[in-house]
Amino acid sequence: MTKIGLEIHCQLTKLESKLFCSCKADYRNLSPNSNICPVCIGLPGSLPILNKKAVEKATMISLALGCKIPEQISFFRKNYFYPDLPKGFQITQYNAYGPTSIGSDGVVQIEEKKIRIRRIQLEEDPGRLVYEGSSEKTQITLVDYNRAGAPLVEIVTEPDFENPKQVRIFLNVLADLVENLGVSDPYLEGAMRVDGNISVEKANRVEIKNVGSFRDIEKALHFEITRQQSLVERNIPVVAETRHWDEARKITVSSRSKEEEQDYRYLPEADIPIIQIAQNKIAALKENMPESIIAKKERYAQKYGIPPQVADVLSSDKFYSDLFENAHTDTNAKEIANIITTDLMGFADTREKKLDLKITPKHISDLADAILNGTITRNSGKIALQEMVKTGKSLSDVKSSLDLGNVSDVSSLEKIIDEVFKEEEKAVLEAKQNPDTVNYIVGKVMKKTKGKASPGTTLELIRKRLLSS
Amino acid sequence: MNLGISATEYVSQIRNGQISAEEFIAKTLDRIRTVEGKVHAYITIDEQNALNQARIIDKKIKAKERIGALFGMPISIKDNICTSGIRTTCASKMLENFIAPYDATVVSRLKQDDAIIIGKVNLDEFAMGSTTEFSCFGPSRNPWNVEYVPGGSSGGSGVSVSALECVASLGSDTGGSVRSPASFCSVVGLKPTYGLVSRYGLVSYANSIEQIGPVARKVEDIALIMNTISGHDSHDDTTVEKGRVDYLQDLNAGVKGKKIGLVSQMTGDGVDKEVSSATNAAVSKFQDLEAECIPISLDSVEHSVAAYYTIASAEASSNLSRYDNLRYGFDLGTEGYEFKAYVSKVRSNFGPEVTRRMLLGAFVLSAGYYGKYYLKAQKVRAMMKSQIDDAFKKVDFLVAPTMPILPFKIGEKIDDPLTLYLLDANTIMANLTGIPAISVPFAISSSGLPIGIQIFANSFQDKNLLQAAYALQQTTHLPEVPV
Repeated sequence: MTKIGLEIHCQLTKLESKLFCSCKADYRNLSPNSNICPVCIGLPGSLPILNKKAVEKATMISLALGCKIPEQISFFRKNYFYPDLPKGFQITQYNAYGPTSIGSDGVVQIEEKKIRIRRIQLEEDPGRLVYEGSSEKTQITLVDYNRAGAPLVEIVTEPDFENPKQVRIFLNVLADLVENLGVSDPYLEGAMRVDGNISVEKANRVEIKNVGSFRDIEKALHFEITRQQSLVERNIPVVAETRHWDEARKITVSSRSKEEEQDYRYLPEADIPIIQIAQNKIAALKENMPESIIAKKERYAQKYGIPPQVADVLSSDKFYSDLFENAHTDTNAKEIANIITTDLMGFADTREKKLDLKITPKHISDLADAILNGTITRNSGKIALQEMVKTGKSLSDVKSSLDLGNVSDVSSLEKIIDEVFKEEEKAVLEAKQNPDTVNYIVGKVMKKTKGKASPGTTLELIRKRLLSS
Repeated sequence: MNLGISATEYVSQIRNGQISAEEFIAKTLDRIRTVEGKVHAYITIDEQNALNQARIIDKKIKAKERIGALFGMPISIKDNICTSGIRTTCASKMLENFIAPYDATVVSRLKQDDAIIIGKVNLDEFAMGSTTEFSCFGPSRNPWNVEYVPGGSSGGSGVSVSALECVASLGSDTGGSVRSPASFCSVVGLKPTYGLVSRYGLVSYANSIEQIGPVARKVEDIALIMNTISGHDSHDDTTVEKGRVDYLQDLNAGVKGKKIGLVSQMTGDGVDKEVSSATNAAVSKFQDLEAECIPISLDSVEHSVAAYYTIASAEASSNLSRYDNLRYGFDLGTEGYEFKAYVSKVRSNFGPEVTRRMLLGAFVLSAGYYGKYYLKAQKVRAMMKSQIDDAFKKVDFLVAPTMPILPFKIGEKIDDPLTLYLLDANTIMANLTGIPAISVPFAISSSGLPIGIQIFANSFQDKNLLQAAYALQQTTHLPEVPV
């Protein structure tokens, strides 16, 4: 049986400052080495000051993943030399001498499968190496410390995955979860990074590192399964090693380094005193945590009668569920869920498009109410929505500028029906004999009104007219 | 003008106009020029800035503006404590030209109270040593006999205060580094409770046990400086919020009715005869002052040197791994080097003692040996802490000689690391347990070398400790420094 375990690094991008100093946690789009201070570049004499909010956010992640939170947590130094590591060690957490990391022994249910979480730890991100040209041939390596000290949560699972598909589902659930908690934006470049370890039946465990995006991990795992299985079939032993994902060639390559044998010489980080985690604080944190995606989904279905599939899609997307929460009333909730999932999500299916939307909760709420009280049709509604999203104009402005108001007053509608009856004599005759064909006439009326006629009123008037003539 | 006045005397003389800050600094600089060739306390002297600062202080005094409690007093700073604008070398080739972009918290507090940083003083490289012989700038010399070591690692602090080259100094004490030179140079040196004084800006050697501590000629001067430098610091998470304490207030409270324990393990074998008799004399003085003195046995002290060198080396190996010469350091281009080759080339510039401790530290932390050495050392530390807690249920203070032997000649023991390590036998306990300890000059040997007495108190009893030290100081009459 194939066994896969994951190590996920998730940046706490929603924090203001780094883990141990007051430099910005958001290091992106800044000129190199401009987001640094004596602490994060490890100048002699500097000391780390723990960002308490990072502990809070990491606790929330741990709670959401069903982990145990210890009564006290502490930090360790992981010692190794690398140019992007300014102190010669990384401040992280370590459970070899007892559980002192922020979370341990959790479990996540994905469909029918239980994935156990071994531990969750808080640590600092190193800086970044920038190569001139490709990393193999470059003569020049530059170091940018803007990222050094960015707050990172490492989530380590047990080897409970049986195939890459489960991994993908889990990562999607996890990404939605951290976004819903408001601790991270997993879609920012480098905000969520995944290493995997994998063994097929009768083979040694292989680690896969350097997977750039968490979507590529699925491809890397597939490749590795095929590679390992073909070795096993030919009775060639699978070497226990670390392999790097080559993004360009879409294959894994032996890193040929002795990472396995590296001795990190962990020792307690005495500059950060042991932190007591008060049980009442955890309770308070739990109380104030955003509603979980699962709870949200159930509420949508039960309270508003939103169909389970719609509720599922809506609840797992933080951006759209927040929009829903701010827009809905008890009466229009179902209609709003419908507008968001069938129309709005279609217009804006990427992150960039979402951010460009000029939509407010009021837009959605007004539109749903208009549809429900018949002053606009669903068809016109969709057109209005598209315009509102682009321009940010109000529904009434859009309605008049695009002439989308319903033709709902009976006299003008009757005039149009008169015209249609004259033009479609044959169809009228047929409808008199066979009432099922009346939809054809309704369609003609709709065409004349450019979809603005209320379908209910139109049908009623046509039926009356058929009976009287 | 007498440069040998205490810090408190300096303050009162400048207040009533007997001296001016500029005059005092100028005389001090003269004195430095006269004696530096003999004692070598300083690595860097900030002459011009010191004079400018003194003029500003004098102007403020004339204009009757508000002035900080230290009134332009010249203070020297151990060269492992960061000062913006003056290089901080750690007496290492590795940081020969390093100028920190910030002041250590203790330095900015001294400046706020209008002290003048007159210069940076010598130490063993990265504070690793007990004699100040392991400095890349050469050894400092004992003002009581310049052929002899001044103790260490804060040798420059002890020497500059003893030789009247400043009024007071800040050193750092990882295993006795403030108290050792205080004892050997006949000045007062305090290792405060861990967490009482900010370490921000102190270049780390063994960060779980070291503290910055003042060196001065009188106990009251130590109290004055503690008023300035102690207290919680938002840049150091290990500092403790204890509210404001005035260490000068009730300094003369005495020891009447107090219980004092003489540590048996620190007074037996290996202690010099004259040191032993001075210790007994100090106990009698305490008894004269109506304190009750009893012997106390702390058997974990027998393991303290082994535990200390394990823990301190382990932390040193981690703390010093940042010196790769990439972001700061000395002039050596990276051209032509692969990363690891460059780093090892650069790091060959560490001196022998630093190299020894980094290797030892990397070894005791490595997989397979961690439990055998590092964890065992931590167990000794925990055992010692519980023995100390028990002891302080019985007594208010513990007493022992600061150094088991008298100062010795420069070069005499430098090739014998183990003998040098044993010099710390009596001082280490305070570092491993975090408690405060002070060395008070008590006697001069028949050969003319100083002997210091060490007093310990329980954690955060630093004020009581100073009261006991003051009481002992008042019983002594010591000759003036010969240099």
